[in-house]
Amino acid sequence: MATGVVRQYGQFTPKVMRRRRTVNVIMIGVFSVCAIVILIPLVHILMYSLIKGASSLNVHFFTKPPQPPGQPGGGVATALVGSGIILVMASLIGIPTGILAGVYMAEYGNRNAFATTVRFVADILLGVPSIVIGVFIWTLLVRPFHSFSAIAGGVALAVMMIPTISRTTEEVVRLVPGTLREASLALGIPYWKTVMRITVPAARSGIGTAVVLAFARVGGETAPLLFTALGNNFFQKDIRRPIDALPLRLFNYAIGPYDEWHRIAWASAFILVFFILILMVLIRRIARGRFKNVV
Amino acid sequence: MAGQSPRRQWWAGRQMGIAAIPPMPQRRVGGMNVRGDAIFRSVLAVFAAIILVIIGLMLVMVVTQSSEAWRKFGLGFITGTEWAPPFSKFGALPYIYGTVITSVIALMLAAPIGVGCAVFIIEFAPAWLRSPVSFMVELLAAVPSVVFGLWGIFVFAPWMRNGPDKFLVSHFSFIPLFKGPTFGLGVLSAGIILAIIIVPYITSVTREVMLLTPTNQREGMLALGATRWEVIRYVILPFARSGIVGGSILALGRALGETMAVTMIIGNRAQIKPSLFAQGATMSSVIANEFAEAATTLYTSSLIAIALLLLVVALIMNVLGRLLVWSVARSR
Repeated sequence: MATGVVRQYGQFTPKVMRRRRTVNVIMIGVFSVCAIVILIPLVHILMYSLIKGASSLNVHFFTKPPQPPGQPGGGVATALVGSGIILVMASLIGIPTGILAGVYMAEYGNRNAFATTVRFVADILLGVPSIVIGVFIWTLLVRPFHSFSAIAGGVALAVMMIPTISRTTEEVVRLVPGTLREASLALGIPYWKTVMRITVPAARSGIGTAVVLAFARVGGETAPLLFTALGNNFFQKDIRRPIDALPLRLFNYAIGPYDEWHRIAWASAFILVFFILILMVLIRRIARGRFKNVV
Repeated sequence: MAGQSPRRQWWAGRQMGIAAIPPMPQRRVGGMNVRGDAIFRSVLAVFAAIILVIIGLMLVMVVTQSSEAWRKFGLGFITGTEWAPPFSKFGALPYIYGTVITSVIALMLAAPIGVGCAVFIIEFAPAWLRSPVSFMVELLAAVPSVVFGLWGIFVFAPWMRNGPDKFLVSHFSFIPLFKGPTFGLGVLSAGIILAIIIVPYITSVTREVMLLTPTNQREGMLALGATRWEVIRYVILPFARSGIVGGSILALGRALGETMAVTMIIGNRAQIKPSLFAQGATMSSVIANEFAEAATTLYTSSLIAIALLLLVVALIMNVLGRLLVWSVARSR
């Protein structure tokens, strides 16, 4: 490679120099175009779902349950409540598990075969298709109990949250300066207390970012809910029964035949995109400073 | 070794065989602390172990519950072209074909553009533009798949049908890939949407790997009078090569398993046609469409068998991709 450079640029005649400069300018153009090409669909999706969705919003959208097919009116109140229930359950399971696993890998993970394995497996779990997680939870929690359920949906989303939270938590806890720990240990404070009272609080904004990141990731997930939460046209309080969720409602309405459904689908997309936009801005805000490069 | 806890320093010393280091002194005021540490460590380890349990249980459940299909069809399940639930005939080849072809289209489009965007962010973007552009790319990664699907159905597919599809048919129909009626909904549209979905992953992995390039190499090159492009071509890209390949493999793994957007756009017809305008179906789309309604145990088992195939392929892709990305980080 080095010889290639030498051969090509051995002689610095004006002609060669001009060609190198031209190539440079062309390549700058090519790379800029790459960035623009990526941003066009994004901007279009954002603008379109915001404009089209916002114009489809009204009070009924938030307060009314779905109407029978083809009838005007109706909303996604059931789906909003259902999504809330599912996300709360997923958080209750996923957040503590993810954080504690992450702290373990950060605090005891050096030269530790078990922690290395967990770290690698968490990375792999991040790449498992969400639909496969749906199938897995179906075999685990739906088939044995003969009913689709909100619990199954929550567990499916929790399984997706755990690796995200644990890997990010590990990285931010590792960034806490060792001198802080040593100061605490030198005062005779036990290691476990040092971790819980010194290290973890020092990393709390990073851990908060990890949680919000995971939340944003699963908030719009549809595939793992298709045959766990299933969807429901009515309010459901029993978490052992099928429950509605906003992304599911969006999917079913988008592929349905009625204009009214499409309108509600766009409004749902608006809610989802807006929700995620807010979370991403929130991440930017809390991740300022020390943890900027992690997330 | 500075910046580590005393315990770690002691341990590191033992590992290096430094005999002068005395045994770990008991940090204690009364023995309680040591026990507390042990309990704390075990509790954390249990939570870490949950991650292993999840993936282990996943493999066990998916393998056992798909066994009926594997027993009945054997490897014929993978090569069979007929998917006819009423006749209890299940062959997954059309879905495997759909998954492969859409993912390949996606990767071919997304890899060069994603890498190009990463280079732009790192090397060319003016400082004030850098942060907004990377924020936008992150945002693109966070948009839910189902929203891409909605946009695909109502905006992208009609545009494809009236624009690019028409153009390709009228100018390139001598290639079998671009022959036949165009619907807008089809393999090509699904592949392009997939490309939009995976592009941020490629960009972010590539960007991270490129940032690891040793600064003195970059600056040395610039000091010798190289142009920005020459620095990229001869320093950054060679350094990041295996990381870029690894990132692309990770993105491919994501494309293979991506479900909602593809299900909404590909047309959902189990067929193998040479034309890219034809409607198709993928492994994930058939699961999404048929799983909840599968009536017989063999039907369910066959769908779980497809999930197993997806899982195995995704695992392989991820292991491979991670190892390549790690190799760059370690080479530094």
